[in-house]
Amino acid sequence: MATKLKSVDVVLVGFGWTASILAKELTDAGLQVLAIERGKFRDTVPDFATTHIQDELRYAARGGLFEDLARETLTFRNSLDQEALPMRHLGSFNPASGVGGAGIHWNGQTWRFLPTDFTIRSHTEARYGKNFIPVDMTIQDWGVTYDDLEPYYDKFEYLCGISGQAGNVQGKIQTGGNPFEGPRARGYPLPPLKRSYATVLFDKAAKDVGLKSFPCAAANTSQPYKNPYGVQMGQCTYCGFCEWFACGNYSKSSPQTTILPALLPKDNFSYRTLCDVTRVNLDSTGKRATGVTYVDVQGREFEQPAELVILCAFAQHNAHLLLLSGIGEPYNPKTNEGVTGRNYAYQITSSVDVFLDEDVNPFMGAGALGQAIDEFNGDNFDHGPLGFIGGGYIALWTTGGRPILQQHGAPEGTPKWGGGWKKSMHENYLKSVSVATHGSVMSYRDSYLDLDPTYRDVYGNPLLRLTFDFHDNEYKMSKFETDKAALIAKAMKPRSVKVNYREGHYSILPYETTHNTGGAAMGSDPKTSVVNRYLQSWDVSNVFVMGSSVFPQNHGYNPTGTVGALAYWAADAIKTKYLKNPGPLVQA
Amino acid sequence: MAPRPVASRTFSYFTAPEIAFIDAAVSRLIPADELGPGAKEAGVTFFIDRQLAGSFGRAETWYMQGPWKEGTPEQGYQLKLTPAQLYRVGIQGIDDYCQRTFDKKTFAELGAGDQDKVLQGLEKGEIELAGAPAKEFFAILWQNTNEGFFADPIYGGNHDFAGWKLIGFPGPRYNYVNEIEQYGKPYTQPTVGLMGRNASTRRG
Repeated sequence: MATKLKSVDVVLVGFGWTASILAKELTDAGLQVLAIERGKFRDTVPDFATTHIQDELRYAARGGLFEDLARETLTFRNSLDQEALPMRHLGSFNPASGVGGAGIHWNGQTWRFLPTDFTIRSHTEARYGKNFIPVDMTIQDWGVTYDDLEPYYDKFEYLCGISGQAGNVQGKIQTGGNPFEGPRARGYPLPPLKRSYATVLFDKAAKDVGLKSFPCAAANTSQPYKNPYGVQMGQCTYCGFCEWFACGNYSKSSPQTTILPALLPKDNFSYRTLCDVTRVNLDSTGKRATGVTYVDVQGREFEQPAELVILCAFAQHNAHLLLLSGIGEPYNPKTNEGVTGRNYAYQITSSVDVFLDEDVNPFMGAGALGQAIDEFNGDNFDHGPLGFIGGGYIALWTTGGRPILQQHGAPEGTPKWGGGWKKSMHENYLKSVSVATHGSVMSYRDSYLDLDPTYRDVYGNPLLRLTFDFHDNEYKMSKFETDKAALIAKAMKPRSVKVNYREGHYSILPYETTHNTGGAAMGSDPKTSVVNRYLQSWDVSNVFVMGSSVFPQNHGYNPTGTVGALAYWAADAIKTKYLKNPGPLVQA
Repeated sequence: MAPRPVASRTFSYFTAPEIAFIDAAVSRLIPADELGPGAKEAGVTFFIDRQLAGSFGRAETWYMQGPWKEGTPEQGYQLKLTPAQLYRVGIQGIDDYCQRTFDKKTFAELGAGDQDKVLQGLEKGEIELAGAPAKEFFAILWQNTNEGFFADPIYGGNHDFAGWKLIGFPGPRYNYVNEIEQYGKPYTQPTVGLMGRNASTRRG
């Protein structure tokens, strides 16, 4: 029998990026907010001490900051005719556990989606005709526009201290920035990171083939920075241990380095760790949430009542909780009915390994130290003759040269082990880089999330089941992008290149990106979305859903910038509209 | 929270025949040659032993609930075996195979050429082992060998920074603010580990 606790105004499920943003904004508005986190508390001091955090085995190879799958995992299959089996250890993606979430161990690559991304269906139909979109591709407009979100992208970027060069300020194209980006009101808060040698070589090669490269926007601070919450950050020292590690230098933007120092002292904020939320509880009408149920570290069950429930868990975990709680009709791929779980998407990536004839010291780097071109992203180019939808940026990132897992491949024909492999490592490590493509993945009828019929977590709940594969559209687009990447790579005048096209089915290993999206899609139509344009559940108006869960499809950029912007946008809607008049903010 | 380096070289998991197998196998995977020490000299056997005796070997953060079914390659590891069990069963199976195929010799007793043939057969899944799929065994052996050669010496491998010196990785250093823009200039600071400059030769 669950012990019932005293009610709070707002309960947040999870305590990562979106929970930290919502907590700060809503406590500033005078609400009493409680965050419930399944993992443990972590902070720069003492957990990320610079003396021991650069431990590749512990953190990258053994996932020291990641989820513990023994407690809960998901099951996976490529297609409906297969049986889904558990993802028994991490591979393709690395979600986190603990306060700060994946916001601690990300690289910091921070982008805005394009204006046309937000209206992808109507835009594509207008430009290319309705028949250009395959029948089983379920892409949809977001229900918000880039212009709606622009002030909130700005807010997230100034929260983080993003280091970058703006490309379009109030309609004026800026030298040295991304000429394709949507217009922004003002530039970034900090200038771009220093350029590593390899990014300089990429920039020159891109220019030589007629493409406009620009420094990637980074949540690695190029200078000391005090953000609007009064939180002080340091300056990145290019240590090359960003992704999968935590920063001990206060120079990677995370909840710990940008929000928690201002949030934790507040009287109207509290949090619990090592507590697993297992249900959102609904009243007898099913239209109102009464709070959540969670299990603590001792295994005791508690009922936490709340006026407002906000799901801030990582991506697919929000969809899982919605399914377990019966919020929204579960999506059925056979009938194409239902909403919860539909439109799961991901990222399609590929690379060209480049073997130069000079040392580029790959071990000096930062998570978002990169140089990119955006000519082949979104609808920045004419898709008519190409026959696919979507695109991505192409970039050379110098994030580090960590010896176990960042070996940057080997030239064609190198043996996979033995003396020949050893010789190749010796000759190529200091001289190898990769040009990477980072492509969009559209939504499809048969890419979705539901509850597994066989496998359970430690609480006896059904695991989430993921059904997903790449489709012809994505392979076609990816080949196009990879060929462009090879063009730039060859213009770097290397000894050799090795082109790695994306081929074969999507696999649950090896690592690709932690850019899982969808399952709680946002939109204007309750028949095809779980949440409305304010991230409010259509079915249960005192439940909001955050994160990339709400992406209706995934575009050609890393998701976190848009996740942060949407969190601020939703926080604003709650503060200025919902609290004054609780109930549906959009009429169905 | 600080790391605790391995204090002594006492094996906790492997038996003597298993040590002989691993020594021989990793010597072929990353051999000693004119470029420097190989995996065996770098202490990779001891590294793997420590890993298998610990939480990795016990699959503590893996989902190990049944039922266990054979999946597609895209569905990844689906064995009921923990890594520690996979090594035990795999090594036994390989030595049995070698003794049947190579005139009663275990893997460790074969010449280098035959050892390479066996490893290639395992890698391709062409050898049938009793109790464990050959491909899965080879994959984890190579993964752990690579890790042991290149992980920080506190874990028992990469002795004297053998792996890092082979490739030119200077170790976990925190500050390249000045050096990152010195294009084309080699980085010449001595190699360091998490426990400092003499990390791998320090005792206790």
